[in-house]
Amino acid sequence: MEINQTILDQLTSITTQVRRDILRMVHAVNSGHPGGSLGCAEFFTALYFNVLQHTPKPFSIIGKGEDVFFLSNGHISPVWYSVLARSGYFPVEELNTFRRIDSRLQGHPTPHEGLPGIRIASGSLGQGLSVACGVALAKKLDQDSRWVYTLHGDGELEEGQIWEAALFASHHKIDNLIATVDVNGQQIDGTTEQVMSLGNLRWKWEAFGWIVFETDGNDMKSLLTTLSIAKNATRKNKPVVILMKTVMGKGVSFMEGKHKWHGVAPNDKELEIALEALPETLGDYPSFN
Amino acid sequence: MKKYIAYSKNDTRSGFGAGLLELGEKNPQVVALCADLTGSLKMDGFQKLYPSRFFQSGIAEANMIGVAAGMANAGLIPFAGTFANFATGRVYDQIRQSVCYSGKNVKIAASHAGLTLGEDGATHQILEDIGLMRMLPSMTVVVPCDYEQTRQATLALALLVGPAYLRFGRPKVECFIPTDEPFELGKAQILLDGTDVTILTCGHLVWKSLKAAEVLQDAGISAEVINVHTIKPLDESAILKSAIKTGAVVTAEEHNIFGGLGDLVAGVLGRNYPVPMEMVAVKDTFGESGTPEELMEKYGLTTENIVKSAYSVLNRKNKNSF
Repeated sequence: MEINQTILDQLTSITTQVRRDILRMVHAVNSGHPGGSLGCAEFFTALYFNVLQHTPKPFSIIGKGEDVFFLSNGHISPVWYSVLARSGYFPVEELNTFRRIDSRLQGHPTPHEGLPGIRIASGSLGQGLSVACGVALAKKLDQDSRWVYTLHGDGELEEGQIWEAALFASHHKIDNLIATVDVNGQQIDGTTEQVMSLGNLRWKWEAFGWIVFETDGNDMKSLLTTLSIAKNATRKNKPVVILMKTVMGKGVSFMEGKHKWHGVAPNDKELEIALEALPETLGDYPSFN
Repeated sequence: MKKYIAYSKNDTRSGFGAGLLELGEKNPQVVALCADLTGSLKMDGFQKLYPSRFFQSGIAEANMIGVAAGMANAGLIPFAGTFANFATGRVYDQIRQSVCYSGKNVKIAASHAGLTLGEDGATHQILEDIGLMRMLPSMTVVVPCDYEQTRQATLALALLVGPAYLRFGRPKVECFIPTDEPFELGKAQILLDGTDVTILTCGHLVWKSLKAAEVLQDAGISAEVINVHTIKPLDESAILKSAIKTGAVVTAEEHNIFGGLGDLVAGVLGRNYPVPMEMVAVKDTFGESGTPEELMEKYGLTTENIVKSAYSVLNRKNKNSF
């Protein structure tokens, strides 16, 4: 598949702004999860600005006739909020309210406060794949020909429910679903290897009956190519999963590859250093403080 | 006041199965999921007639709840069925996050609740499920008393938009709610008017409470029997009205003494109009193997115990002692 260089440049430029948003959001409230968010900036940008057929306004929670996305590892909400705002679901100024009282941008995403773009709560891990299976089956019943996407953390694959859903998707031939896994090899207590070895993920998913693709999740060109190939592999009676190798904290030199940055916000000095390397591309949202 | 008589015996789970089957015909949005207990839940009729709307989940209840949440998000009305123990405690977090907090229109159909599950023993006899479910914000909790009421409650819950928990049981029990008696969600059902003591009850204990009222009547005591089939939202005004009239309250339920109907009623009375009260419930213990009748006897969920509790509250009422 040929990818137009202009599109690639545009998307890459958006990721830089998304990374700035993530850092500024978590810094402002001195809490949140920058590591995984930064590592998934390319994925979210690719998805919302290139892959999904979706309608930000008016947002429909049912999503009939649209591609729908479910974030299962809800703690990387900053990257999702940034991309949702930047793609028109809600005003970018609202990113200021992240994790503050009376906000629609809760620490972990939820439809409970009515934030456009969010269809299910996530935070307690391992639940999103099941939900996506339900939506995918409902789309089939409804003869809706669009796709369902998910994202999961690799550490999240330690949850048993993921594998219940993996069996279920395969058994029910859910072939309008593309699950993706952020394989950054890091979780709160250390590397996934130290905390709970995941073994060969390709073999595991294949053994559960899935079609598996692997890609560099921080390389926009590889990512777009793989997302396109994966889509072509759907509608063949099998669910599809993409294992995306990413670097936790990608784009911020002192955060890259370090599990310490899973859930810690940068201080003033660290923010300054980080933002210097990430020039504004779409314009920062105006800050409250 | 209409006198309720037993006209046959049937299990409440069959009432659910019949209701679900009717919904299959009436409402194309209704789908069903089951975790390898399709026959036990009496969902096989729906499965046979509407195979494209029935989803076998296998022995994986957490996933089933998540799938149901997804289906509800897409506008369907999923009924997810399994035994009450696996439908609540085992999947509490899935119900909390993916269903209630996410505002999904999922109906949880929970069979084999309580001691009357019988011989399988305590692993399967959940006595905490009402408490677990009623603590969840936005969850509606319904505990119908017989076959007909379970059938009607199933139909009513399909019309309700929002998460709901429907609790029913395994054994064949008395059918006494006439088929022409409408079920009103959220409205306590006064089965017998009385003036001396109020018996508030739900599920399998409703029939036993009516029997207890007969015993009391023979002794010249007028008992009011109210079927609180909707545990949440609770019909507080009906409960208070009766408590104010009689000044003495007994609750009776097939549940732990903590977290169930008794607890809720005590809260309502305590906040508004304290009267002497007794609770007929399982006294914070697990069940065990045995026949349903043996277990109800051993754990005190009997007509005799409801009568005894009525005497106890009447005694305290007459002494003006709490």
